[in-house]
Amino acid sequence: MARAAVPGGLTWQPATVAATRAETATARTLVLDVDGWTGHVPGQHVDVRLSAPDGYMAHRSYSISSAPGPDRLEVTVQAVIDGEVSPHLVEVAEPGDHLEIRGPLGGWFVRRPADPRPALLIGGGSGVAPLMSMVRAATTPTRLLYSTRSPSDALFTADLATAQATGDTPVAVTHVYTRVVPSGWPAPPRRLDADILARVAWPRDADVVAFVCGPTGFVETVADLLVDIGYNPSNIRTERFGPTGG
Amino acid sequence: MTVPTTDVGADDRPWVDGNALAGPLGEIIGADLTVAELTCAGCRMTRPLAAMRVFDRAPGLVARCPGCENVVMRLVRTADRALVDLRGSLVVSIPLPIT
Ligand SMILES: Cc1cc2nc3c(=O)[nH]c(=O)nc-3n(C[C@H](O)[C@H](O)[C@H](O)COP(=O)(O)OP(=O)(O)OC[C@H]3O[C@@H](n4cnc5c(N)ncnc54)[C@H](O)[C@@H]3O)c2cc1C
Ligand SMILES: [Zn+2]
Repeated sequence: MARAAVPGGLTWQPATVAATRAETATARTLVLDVDGWTGHVPGQHVDVRLSAPDGYMAHRSYSISSAPGPDRLEVTVQAVIDGEVSPHLVEVAEPGDHLEIRGPLGGWFVRRPADPRPALLIGGGSGVAPLMSMVRAATTPTRLLYSTRSPSDALFTADLATAQATGDTPVAVTHVYTRVVPSGWPAPPRRLDADILARVAWPRDADVVAFVCGPTGFVETVADLLVDIGYNPSNIRTERFGPTGG
Repeated sequence: MTVPTTDVGADDRPWVDGNALAGPLGEIIGADLTVAELTCAGCRMTRPLAAMRVFDRAPGLVARCPGCENVVMRLVRTADRALVDLRGSLVVSIPLPIT
């Protein structure tokens, strides 16, 4: 059942799936066309709503992974086993499908273009999605530390390689693999720890902003590690996607 | 101590953070409240709503202080009403654009 909108309140807008792009075996990027979309700030998310023919509706939050731009945005979804919404977006939705979104949402986990500080981005699994938007729009030195179980679980592999190689703004990408490493990788699988962090992070007195995003447990651990190596909690921004699973 | 108004245990349920409230609050208030700063009535620490722990699988949405687990905000939506319970916050400070 459709609810009446509150005057001045945020409302659901129609969005059309313009294209889809497989990122891994279980994750996919959806390109959405939205009439009158005026862009976003990297780090923001949208709520996506699906409706069944019988009127049942479900909505979930998805970060915007594309660079800001008019009329179009991209979300990148990792299928959660037994999930209600994500398997539909990853396996079923196809170009031409209609869904609804509201947003862009959130003014806290954002990297504003005017912020002159270098940025340390740390992502776990699909938590790299909003960080990818930040990488794509980077105007200050940026370092991304990206933890996945294996190379085949990593999203945006090609785009990250391009971001690293081209562009005027230096973007450095470091991968951490927790279960399986690529052949010839110099280290065994390992969790993101204080050592790696200390190697990738700028020194503690540098004026840096850190963005940490991923499953709740991952974000907790990394935020604590950052504080341990001397980061001021007020310079650490976090976004938790929910339980670690699947 | 936590306000005993909900059966959601802070440690054993999945949670996200206040960023996830941007849509549900924007729908009823029209502004982005995730950047508003709430002063916790439990421990008196002030943090942006975005930094609170949000339990979103409960009936309604429950935001807890990450320091002391006090419930700082509850949001319950019915067919024709939204209930925002702020008794766990002493002050809600909302940033405004400079005019
Ligand atoms: C602000 C914000 C931004 C987000 N951005 C993204 C994004 O860019 N890409 C993305 O893929 N997801 C993102 N998420 C997570 C997303 O909103 C959904 O929670 C996720 O897709 C699962 O939804 P579902 O309906 O498929 O599963 P549900 O039906 O909600 O849950 C099914 C089962 O999976 C568990 N579960 C729920 N959420 C997760 C999760 N995130 N990880 C593992 N297990 C889970 C549940 O406990 C349950 O047992 C974001 C979440 C938030 C709060
Ligand atoms: Zn508190």
